[in-house]
Amino acid sequence: MLKNFSRHFVISNDVVLKDVRKDIGRYVADSSRRAFLQRSLTLGGLSLLSGCDIVDENSVDTALSTISRFNDRVQGLLFNPSHLAPTYADSMITRPFPFNAFYGEDQVVVVDEADYQLEVGGMVADKRTWTVAELRAMPQIDQVTRHICVEGWSAIGKWGGVPFANFLQRVGADLSASYIGFKCADDYYTSIDMATALHPQTLLALTYDGQTLPPKYGFPMKLRMPTKLGYKNPKHIKAIFVTNTNPGGYWEDQGYNWFGGS
Amino acid sequence: MSKGNNSLIHPVWLRVTHWLNAIAVLLLVMSGWRIYDAAPFFDFVIPKNLTLGGWLGGAIQWHFAAMWLLVCNGLVYLACNALSGRLLHKFFPLSPRALVADLVSALTGRLSHADPSQYNAVQRLAYLFVIADAVLLVLSGLVLWKSVQFPILRELLGGYEATRRVHFFAMSALVAFVGVHLVMVALVPRTLLAMIRGR
Repeated sequence: MLKNFSRHFVISNDVVLKDVRKDIGRYVADSSRRAFLQRSLTLGGLSLLSGCDIVDENSVDTALSTISRFNDRVQGLLFNPSHLAPTYADSMITRPFPFNAFYGEDQVVVVDEADYQLEVGGMVADKRTWTVAELRAMPQIDQVTRHICVEGWSAIGKWGGVPFANFLQRVGADLSASYIGFKCADDYYTSIDMATALHPQTLLALTYDGQTLPPKYGFPMKLRMPTKLGYKNPKHIKAIFVTNTNPGGYWEDQGYNWFGGS
Repeated sequence: MSKGNNSLIHPVWLRVTHWLNAIAVLLLVMSGWRIYDAAPFFDFVIPKNLTLGGWLGGAIQWHFAAMWLLVCNGLVYLACNALSGRLLHKFFPLSPRALVADLVSALTGRLSHADPSQYNAVQRLAYLFVIADAVLLVLSGLVLWKSVQFPILRELLGGYEATRRVHFFAMSALVAFVGVHLVMVALVPRTLLAMIRGR
């Protein structure tokens, strides 16, 4: 019981211990950390609810995960690609725009543009790599939209870049595939559904507020989707691949909903 | 549907939907408090031992599972209530005059509970209020979950950030209702028996 309580405390008290967790995260191997989080997923709440461990927690976790997968399908059906996220005037931009990642701001990855090559793979016709200059040469758009975090807070920011649908068409992606996966220079990874990838507001963002995307917001390039929660918007993308096998994601594999958006 | 045995106060569909609703509300409120704690917009957080889910991801999984129970059960309740005619004859008429009279009686300890098959005016208002509040919770929850997909609802509620507050205050009203409801059950315990065995 004491062990359960302390584990519950460590995982749940993320307001106070967020920084500690970020530090721990650097030193603990990814796989063991993920397993630790998965085991702890509903532990505290369930023990509280039942007063003891009479309910098989694995079966509750399995049931909740099954419902989360069901919710993914419902959200896929609810997704109407012609519904646009609201856009705002420049004067409504949140300043400073908050930094957010699974590590602290002092640990931001600084990618060297000279060495950077975006890999494109999976179900695409043209698998050649891209430089930042080549991405900048494509037609760009700007948009001021609301970023909504899974924690509930939101902030308005201005991103500019290449409509992702145009990029996917350029590389000859199989648009009938189900998923797009992303691998990032900060070891983050995530994936999205094809319908969201083709949404007119989904951008390969190269700028923030009219300036080159700074490292803390994902230099050289991030995927910006006003229809998705923050954790679905990968920064420092180094590889994009089109697939029919769900690639999961850093937070999604720990229990955050995979669809994760509107 | 609600007719039949004269001594039956609560038909079986009402008792089943009542208790399923109680479970859904408990799960949603406790997991919702954990979600609020991830980014509180007031100067307080909810004590962790009152919350459900362990961490944010777990709380969200509970919240988005229990929402189906609340909505499906709520629709069954509303359909049975409307189709059986119970909604009309149990909750109406509801006059301001009767409300004031019953409220005064209640506060001076003179409100009669002799006939539990009849709701007094305060009960009628309280139950109609909590039904409307639950509808508001579902609609504001829908905006928080799918803000881009429900633009009209989102703008009616004042946008994403305003909707967070609407959802929170609607929760607070629901919790306040539950508090008063439980006090009343403690004062008139046979209402609990009626909600279990129907009479």
